[in-house]
Amino acid sequence: MSGYVVRRVGQAVVVMLGVSVIVFLLVHLVPGDPIRRSLGTRFDPHVYQLLYERAGFDQPLYRQYVTWLGNALQGDLGVSFRTGRPVRGMVLERLPATMSLAFAALFIGLVIALPAGIISAVRSGSRTDYSVSALSQVGVSIPDFWWAIMLILLFSLTLGWLPPSGYKSPLESPVGFLRHLTLPALSVGLISGSILTRFVRAAMLDALHRDYTRTARSKGLPERVVINRHVLRNALVPIVTVAGLQLGFLLGGVVVVEVIFAWPGLGRLAYDAVLRRDYPVLQGAVLLVALSFVVINLLVDLLYARLDPRIRYE
Amino acid sequence: MSTGDVVLSVRDLRVTFGTARGPARVVEGVSYDLHAGETLAIVGESGSGKSVSTLALTRLIPEPPGRVEGEVVLAGQDLLTLPPGALRKVRGRRIGMIFQDPMTSLNPVLTVGRQVTEGLEHHLGLSEKDARRRARELLDLVGIPDPERRLGEYPHQLSGGMRQRVMIAIGLACEPEVLVADEATTALDVTIQAQIVELVQRLQAELGMAVIWITHDLGVVAGIADRVLVMYGGRVLEEAAADDLYADTRHPYTAGLLASLPVVGEAGRRLVSITGLPPDPVDLPPGCVFHPRCPHRDDPRCATELPPLREVAPGHRVACFYELPAEARR
Repeated sequence: MSGYVVRRVGQAVVVMLGVSVIVFLLVHLVPGDPIRRSLGTRFDPHVYQLLYERAGFDQPLYRQYVTWLGNALQGDLGVSFRTGRPVRGMVLERLPATMSLAFAALFIGLVIALPAGIISAVRSGSRTDYSVSALSQVGVSIPDFWWAIMLILLFSLTLGWLPPSGYKSPLESPVGFLRHLTLPALSVGLISGSILTRFVRAAMLDALHRDYTRTARSKGLPERVVINRHVLRNALVPIVTVAGLQLGFLLGGVVVVEVIFAWPGLGRLAYDAVLRRDYPVLQGAVLLVALSFVVINLLVDLLYARLDPRIRYE
Repeated sequence: MSTGDVVLSVRDLRVTFGTARGPARVVEGVSYDLHAGETLAIVGESGSGKSVSTLALTRLIPEPPGRVEGEVVLAGQDLLTLPPGALRKVRGRRIGMIFQDPMTSLNPVLTVGRQVTEGLEHHLGLSEKDARRRARELLDLVGIPDPERRLGEYPHQLSGGMRQRVMIAIGLACEPEVLVADEATTALDVTIQAQIVELVQRLQAELGMAVIWITHDLGVVAGIADRVLVMYGGRVLEEAAADDLYADTRHPYTAGLLASLPVVGEAGRRLVSITGLPPDPVDLPPGCVFHPRCPHRDDPRCATELPPLREVAPGHRVACFYELPAEARR
């Protein structure tokens, strides 16, 4: 078990190093001088010189990387070209909003996908199964921003039940937080739910046709026990994998929805940073999203070991 | 070899699977009586319908695409017409199953203990603690050393022979009247095979169970079975007491199977194989299912008429028009 953990943590570190190279080179892939581009057409040459040196652009590339990585490891992600504030604070203060949106969306996704996928697989070939498959196909095909707009039209503009955009801190107003969270979480959660439903169904169907399920039935166990104890427990391994990937995707991939709902998350921060050519902020946001993705995948792999005893001892 | 009352009576059992090419008739009109304490061997090649015919007894065949017809009478109840709840009281409790390939037949994510105790808790209403104690006794009974430790382990931590013993413990857990062992020893080393066979025989003597032993290996059958059904193409071609089957073989297919067995001390003898392939269950040949491969298909009826299973000697039934000459009967 401990060997497995050490190996997986080692792999995560290697992945993060690779990510850091790409994030670092991001700035240098942009044609032209990133500082000049970020400052626009009219600027003070003195400010330019200061920013140029502070960014270390006068150093060779590998030294720049080593310095940047060293700083990043100590939590120093540089300062924003625009605001002059440390990037670390700017990204960290956005993290809770993004995390709460991602987890809420995944929660909605699982609440939809687990029952729908299980029923669909258990009654495979029935009218229920076809309806679930058709609905999930529709859900997968519709982009999140379209859901976002439709949900705003229905629940905010027509029914007036929920605010169309904005954010409330859960510390100030828990109810306000949830009211603001509902629509963005639904727009992404419906899609996650559709994707996950298909995986839950496939994983359940696979486990339902295994020999051990026949053995469980041959013992005369009630169907409920066969499904919950024997089929679902085996199906959970692939389901957890896909749910983990979905969570990673939600952490980094809800840019459009964050922008539509004015949700102050990392996606929106990255979006604004791109528009303003604020490269350190973009780097910081991408790095943090990548780190969350890697950490979540690591946690998922450790969760496997709890679900599948065969992994524990390999 | 004392046999008691009939515990299980199978009449005209048919299993059909719907396929894209049409219905596959996998089991066609199988009938037999199983007596208390008796060992009945069902022998046949892969695809002969032997496994499916026993899965059908407790309707463990997915329906659809499968379809089971006929009668399976256990203590006056026809299992094929029982409602699902009543059928579940038979499965595992009165008819235990041992499946082939314990690697895939045991659940990889549950402990051995859980897989043995769940039937005990469900059928016998044992508490968790009592079920665990009984499971430990069962593992001990099937010859698993250090049962207490094994209860907490997962199937992948056990060797093939140990896993097969766990399967047997599961099949025996509720002391069923009928135990179906499907190729229970096929995947194992010969020495372990012998141990498992011995074990089942000992338990059978102790518990008075009837055993249906499914195998493709006529060599195994000789040592364990009281009676043998030879299946081919979903049909029973010959049924006889084990001794009669070897001493007085009547069906050309059985003769072919026996001729393909190596015999110790006859190293110079050529092994004879039956030419051709088993029939396609979607497109069964007209007449006798075996006639396309039969070396004696002289009778004009072989290709057109289904030979009925007729009694040629007491307890010896054969489905063939041809009288196998005495010298070909081994």
